[in-house]
Amino acid sequence: MPMTNEEIHLLLGVVRDTQPVEIDCDGCLIQVGAFAESRLAGKPVTEGLKAVEQHLSICAECREEFEALSLAMNALNGQDR
Amino acid sequence: MTHDRDNKQWVEALRSDGPLREAALSDLGALLSFGLRAALKSRPDFIESMLDDVVQDSLLRILATLDQFQDRSRFVTWATAISVRVGLTELRKRRWRDVSLEALVADSNFEPPTTDEGTAPERRELLDAMERVIQTELTEKQRTVLLAEMRGMAQDEIARQMGTNRNALYKLSHDARQRLEGGLEQAGFGSEAFASAFK
Repeated sequence: MPMTNEEIHLLLGVVRDTQPVEIDCDGCLIQVGAFAESRLAGKPVTEGLKAVEQHLSICAECREEFEALSLAMNALNGQDR
Repeated sequence: MTHDRDNKQWVEALRSDGPLREAALSDLGALLSFGLRAALKSRPDFIESMLDDVVQDSLLRILATLDQFQDRSRFVTWATAISVRVGLTELRKRRWRDVSLEALVADSNFEPPTTDEGTAPERRELLDAMERVIQTELTEKQRTVLLAEMRGMAQDEIARQMGTNRNALYKLSHDARQRLEGGLEQAGFGSEAFASAFK
């Protein structure tokens, strides 16, 4: 069964974004909270969090978790008011 | 809902014994439950009854990995990220547990889709080169991982069926991507060619 166009797009996308050194999913989990807070505050990505940003461009599952975390944080921040 | 502890207070309370720790666990559990519900409620696969178990599992994981908290974010944010991972991992496990990895990739290879005569030549050449590099430069395990990932299978499930773990799987995938990138570059296709070939 040939690949679909969508699968090829996905594959070429992650190949394009591949870096020689990358953090893995556990490494992302440790820092994604800091990354999410920074993004929600509208701050630019610091050098120290660029690895998280790169990992999220590659890893669909961590990206899904980041989006869910952002929803949770918005809800929790709403409770603070 | 109160969560007016600072990071230091959270960590100290959770590392302590007795009522201080119990109060912190109770408060944190309530926060995680609230956050998880907000994060997952719009998903069609979300089941309210799973929340309690996810929160309990998350608290155990948070206690076991307190040393990994780096104080770069609010403690509650770090803890919520862990609970989101636990929750989504459970949902993915339910989605993929009856899907065979072997069946998912068995009748598949990296043959590009059939293109018609109107397809740009550079696109056809890129796809042919990609197939060639995958078949000649990547190991069977690397091909399996890449294909399963492109087809959306949960990484934990891929890892389980391959007898490894998520982090080792990520390394396998990373090595495969690097080989594919290198092979395409040797064939004359830098990453800038990817976008132009698919205009």
